[in-house]
Amino acid sequence: MTDLALYALIALLLPALSFLVLAVVAPLRRLGRPAAWFSILSAAGSLAAAAIAWNHGGEARAIWAWLPAQAGPLATIGVQVDADSSIMLVLVALVAFLVQLYSLGYLVDEPPRSLGRYYTYQSLFAFSMMGLVLAPNLLQLFICWELVGLCSYLLIGFWYHKPEAARAAVKAFWITKAGDVGLLVGIVLLWRQAGTFDLVELRGLVENGALPVAGLSLITFLIYLGAMGKSAQFPLHVWLPDAMEGPTPVSALIHAATMVTAGVYLLVRTEWLFALTPDVLAIVAWIGAFTALLAAVLACVQEDIKRVLAYSTVSQLGYMMTAIGAGFAAAGFFHLLTHGVFKALLFLGAGAVIHAVHSNDLSHMGGLARRMPQTAIVFVVGTLSLAGIPLFGGFLSKEEILGAVWAGGMPGPFALLMLVAFLTAFYMFRVVFRAFFGVAPADAHPHDLSRRSGHAKADPPVSMALPLWILAAGSMAIGVYFTFEHPEPEFTSPAWLTPAAVSVAVAGILLAWLTYMTRAIDPATLASMFGPIRRAALARFWIDDVFEWAYRVVVLAFSRGVGWMDRYVVDGVLNALSAWTLTAGDDLRSMQSGKAQDYVYGVAVGVLAIVIWLQWVIA
Amino acid sequence: MGLQAYLTLAAVVFCIGLFGVVTRRNAIGILLGIELMLNAVNINLVAFARFGGNVAGMVFTVFTICITVAEAALGLAIVILLFRIRRTVMADHLDLLKG
Repeated sequence: MTDLALYALIALLLPALSFLVLAVVAPLRRLGRPAAWFSILSAAGSLAAAAIAWNHGGEARAIWAWLPAQAGPLATIGVQVDADSSIMLVLVALVAFLVQLYSLGYLVDEPPRSLGRYYTYQSLFAFSMMGLVLAPNLLQLFICWELVGLCSYLLIGFWYHKPEAARAAVKAFWITKAGDVGLLVGIVLLWRQAGTFDLVELRGLVENGALPVAGLSLITFLIYLGAMGKSAQFPLHVWLPDAMEGPTPVSALIHAATMVTAGVYLLVRTEWLFALTPDVLAIVAWIGAFTALLAAVLACVQEDIKRVLAYSTVSQLGYMMTAIGAGFAAAGFFHLLTHGVFKALLFLGAGAVIHAVHSNDLSHMGGLARRMPQTAIVFVVGTLSLAGIPLFGGFLSKEEILGAVWAGGMPGPFALLMLVAFLTAFYMFRVVFRAFFGVAPADAHPHDLSRRSGHAKADPPVSMALPLWILAAGSMAIGVYFTFEHPEPEFTSPAWLTPAAVSVAVAGILLAWLTYMTRAIDPATLASMFGPIRRAALARFWIDDVFEWAYRVVVLAFSRGVGWMDRYVVDGVLNALSAWTLTAGDDLRSMQSGKAQDYVYGVAVGVLAIVIWLQWVIA
Repeated sequence: MGLQAYLTLAAVVFCIGLFGVVTRRNAIGILLGIELMLNAVNINLVAFARFGGNVAGMVFTVFTICITVAEAALGLAIVILLFRIRRTVMADHLDLLKG
């Protein structure tokens, strides 16, 4: 095994070790903070190993047979380090470490037992996500895919005594599961066609043209279905906003930076496969662009700061998917990385606000910039990154996507994405201006830390502030570095693209400024201009209702039918059989008289019958 | 008289013995029936030995007679034990095997 694979393996196994220790050693887990530190230290070690592996560069594989068979193992497990997986590994390890550190301050009121439980889940998540990133074959990828889904369920439902949290956890689980069924079927069908799960072998087959293209569209579409569920693409996006019921650091880690991008990552990993099926790629692009627009419109009307961010995540995932659909997976992957950094920053910043104000509601905030200056600065950095302003994190990656979609010959999705860029800048600055500027509302939450006497500043403690500053610095560093150091583009974007994209974003900011800062435009007038759309958006475009209807009418009716079958047909046959057996036994029982003479008589008659039968057979 | 006459005699004796075994109510009577059936077999063995020109059948008969004696002794011992325990040797009262 090479050094590179060893480092990757260390990065992968440290969180696994932490999870096992916390899960098995109950006394340590119940202590709370020591368990948290144990988990944080393992995450730090994992981050160091991941950084070394990334810095090392190159490619490496370490594979072990899992299900041995005669002609080579049927399934393998291991790690595969290459350019994509190593940078993704660093992102996952970095955000996981920072979020675990941040949680120490955020969950300060949590009792020790549940704090230990929280860090156990966090370690399991870090391990599963890294296993997914490093997976050398689709089978391991699928297993880790399900594991991160499980962690998502556990962490959304972390406050399981809240009925909304429990419901949101179940909703997230079963909606992503609907996509996962497609993924599993797709992987198995692909295996039947290609005879291997291994990504490198599959790629070799594709490049040699040895993989039959017939029927491949169905396979790639099924795989995309899995990505659709995980990466919250329309119409399976409904679980992500509800997933905000979990603790905010969890939203930052799982529902913004890492797990939800797993779908995009899967498509990036299998781009050579999707390249064979352009029709599916077109579907990916159109659904991606439509999702981006839908979510951006929804984000404009949300009053809950976390829900705005959740819809913006859905919208940005749509961006990435569109780039992949246009045939430039690298652009989508680039945006995945930058988005992971600044969206984690935004969520953690929102968490700091919620921690201080004790409310998610934008109408309870206002004028926070004076009381929480540090938080305000990092949040604005994140917002500018998301809006795609030059020198900030998301600028170049967003423009790469726009250029890729244009170069991919898709003017329709391109137009949608430009509109989304405008809306993104608008709704994000709506949050900034309403939460951090303006006047504080009179009806604040009674536990609002930012109002208490003796608290001049309500900025979060160091354990929360440090991750915020690191992420803000990272976001700035990415932005500045890539503004001057353009990566080699795979395509040529038109010269008007940069000015157009930036001016669209600035227009969005300007509209937000005029509406929510100077009040030159009355928000109510703006709302009434878009009356029907606004009402539809407030009802979430009735998509949740459709799902609910589908659940109540279709699934429940089907379940009732199946229940009737089980109760009356399956059970009925079994009950009849057992009743017959009982009576038959009762009747046959009388043959056993217990008298030896009867048995002898039976034997004699039997022998006689056999003799006669033999006579008949011989004759 | 040919072989057939002996075999017929043996068959008749065997049937009488079987009839006794099946119908007698007294355990001693059943034992007697078994003796008759064994002797029918002996007749067969001797008849085949005599007409087949093979002495092995006669040797077997001597063995069978020995075994019959032992079996009768064992059977009578069982009957006596049965009588001690159950106070009866009537076969239709001995239904311990009843299901």
